[in-house]
Amino acid sequence: MEALFQNIINALQWGSFYALIALGYTLVYGVLLLINFAHGDIFMVGAYIAFGVSVFVLGTQGLGLPNWAILACGVPLTMILTAGVGVTLERIAYRPLRRKGAHRLYVVITALMCGLILENGNLALLGASRKKFPELMEKAVWTFGNVSVTNLKVIVIVAAFATFAFLNFIVTRTRIGMAMRAVSYDKFAIPLMGIPVDSVIVFTFVLGSGFAGLAGMLFAMSYPILEPYMGALIGWKAFIAAVVGGIGDIRGAFVGGFLLGFIEILVVAFFPSTFRDLIAFSILLLILWIKPTGLFGVARHQKI
Amino acid sequence: MKALLGKFGLMVALLLVSAFMLVGCGGGDSDTIKIGFNIPMTGDIPKVGEASKYAAEMLKEDINSKGGLEVGGKKYKLEFVYEDNESKAESAVNAALKLIEQDQVAAIVGPNSSKQAVPAGGTCNDNRVPMISPWSTNPDTTKDRPWVFRAAFLDPFQGPVAVNFSAKQFGAKTAGVLFDISNDYSKGLAEIFRDEWNKKFGDGAVVAFESHGTKDQDFSAQLTKIVAAKPDFIFVPDNYNQVALIIKQAHDLGWTGPFMGSDAWGSAELMTLCGDDCKGQFFSTHYAAAGAKGDTKVFIDRYTKKYGYTPDDVAALTWDATRLVLQAIQDAGSVDSDIHKERKAIRDSLSSVKQFAGVTGNMKFDAQGDPIKCAVVVRIDENGQFVFAESVCP
Repeated sequence: MEALFQNIINALQWGSFYALIALGYTLVYGVLLLINFAHGDIFMVGAYIAFGVSVFVLGTQGLGLPNWAILACGVPLTMILTAGVGVTLERIAYRPLRRKGAHRLYVVITALMCGLILENGNLALLGASRKKFPELMEKAVWTFGNVSVTNLKVIVIVAAFATFAFLNFIVTRTRIGMAMRAVSYDKFAIPLMGIPVDSVIVFTFVLGSGFAGLAGMLFAMSYPILEPYMGALIGWKAFIAAVVGGIGDIRGAFVGGFLLGFIEILVVAFFPSTFRDLIAFSILLLILWIKPTGLFGVARHQKI
Repeated sequence: MKALLGKFGLMVALLLVSAFMLVGCGGGDSDTIKIGFNIPMTGDIPKVGEASKYAAEMLKEDINSKGGLEVGGKKYKLEFVYEDNESKAESAVNAALKLIEQDQVAAIVGPNSSKQAVPAGGTCNDNRVPMISPWSTNPDTTKDRPWVFRAAFLDPFQGPVAVNFSAKQFGAKTAGVLFDISNDYSKGLAEIFRDEWNKKFGDGAVVAFESHGTKDQDFSAQLTKIVAAKPDFIFVPDNYNQVALIIKQAHDLGWTGPFMGSDAWGSAELMTLCGDDCKGQFFSTHYAAAGAKGDTKVFIDRYTKKYGYTPDDVAALTWDATRLVLQAIQDAGSVDSDIHKERKAIRDSLSSVKQFAGVTGNMKFDAQGDPIKCAVVVRIDENGQFVFAESVCP
């Protein structure tokens, strides 16, 4: 029983990362109908930016601030810089193709290539050896019976819920959110209404990549070993989570991320760990089989 | 039809050109000996590739600065070709083929991990090229492969060393195991350990036997299961990069017991990645740098001076493996200009080496081409040094 509670906490933490990354996929898809396959690697870049910011800018080899100050300034700085990376990708890779009226398939392939460029660029720039993320927080392990929680785990879970609430608010309750939904609804009529489509798209990338940066920083603090390929697998899995949740819907990404986290952890808890991915993805396949649009998805009719 | 013929003609022409290029490249200078290195310079364990390359470069400079390797009264310059296997099995096979066919090397040192050494060993054996793996401990690397050798001890020896040491050191009766299912080395060693432990303490004495994938970063579910089974210690035969994450996460889950590790822990990078969490843990390995004597100390001092950090066991084993190949070339008495005859000569004299004094200890070789040598268990002390704890000889 206690092991079950422990696993629920583990799953909440692991699912938080899937959810945070899946939110980025779903935002961009929701507006552009583009699967931004580079998103996992933007997350990786976010982790490296967090590393650079907290070691070389604010930390021991830069200003030498105390840890609480690094955290307080590092989180927004990381989010802003990572958002910059996302916007740059949009500007130099996706927008020119959109201008030329390229089919979505080509943009998706471009996104895949951008991801590989980020990975290998990082490899060329920083080398293959892993980076150790500094410990920015005094670790506290709280034990209740046999259930252990660290302060970091609580922060990660709270951050995921807060991010979801924030994004949901933006998309459903604000003017810019309404514009995002409008662009998603009809890309051709909306500019005629005086809505600046490009600014809306840039804003979407700012949001998605900024929170990928937050995820990268939290991930680096929880799993403090950075390598250029760290974003690939978790990125794919988060994408699958977003699809199962119903891609394009914020609630879907959030629920899908936690669902995948829970399935992965609980499968290991009750079956031999060798079967984890096999069982986890069979369950997801089953969900898609019953509801092909995902849990929160609505079937869209292709307009000609 | 005509177009088809034209295409066919073009293909033949291309094939011919590439064949000529191969011959052209392969000829080389008759006064040099080419040795290939199949090592992981990128991928999961780049520090291993770096250590191998550094050790080999040091050895090459030693010999070339004296005018070359003397074989049968004539001096030959050494040329080392480094090929990156990205720490992947399929890339290791490709790297081996490239070294064999394109670079026309006389012998291959590496790959280091069993994950790559087992498949690459098959390739070298089929192509009749002598290969020596410095670090691979899985029996399958050399099994029934007359062209493949190694410089490290084997897992059937290392497993019992870990069992006996941890039973004695921790007073343990039960053990938990966490290993990498997609890594031949980790899986093989974990199974040997489990069987040996169960034999010693009865069935079910390994209370948890859990696996993970190579790219995994979260081990909380497996560790929760292991911690809930309350073993006396946890055995982790895993690469150093994962060890750092596993131990940290186990501590986050409230585990305060000891860990026992295997030789894949022994990288110079372990302590930078793992930090305080690894201090006080034990692992079995090939040699202990702290407190070494004689030739081993000379090697360690020179390497440390040249590259700025203490050589790990991969560096020492690559040094030994490469020296074994050079010794075999010298023992053959002359260098044949035909690369196939030269490879055969190297294989024959490698297989007749009976005893060799290396920096990782004295080795004898059995019929399978495997060394019989001692293992050491080291403790990670408060300064992050690997300190000698015990030596176990067969």
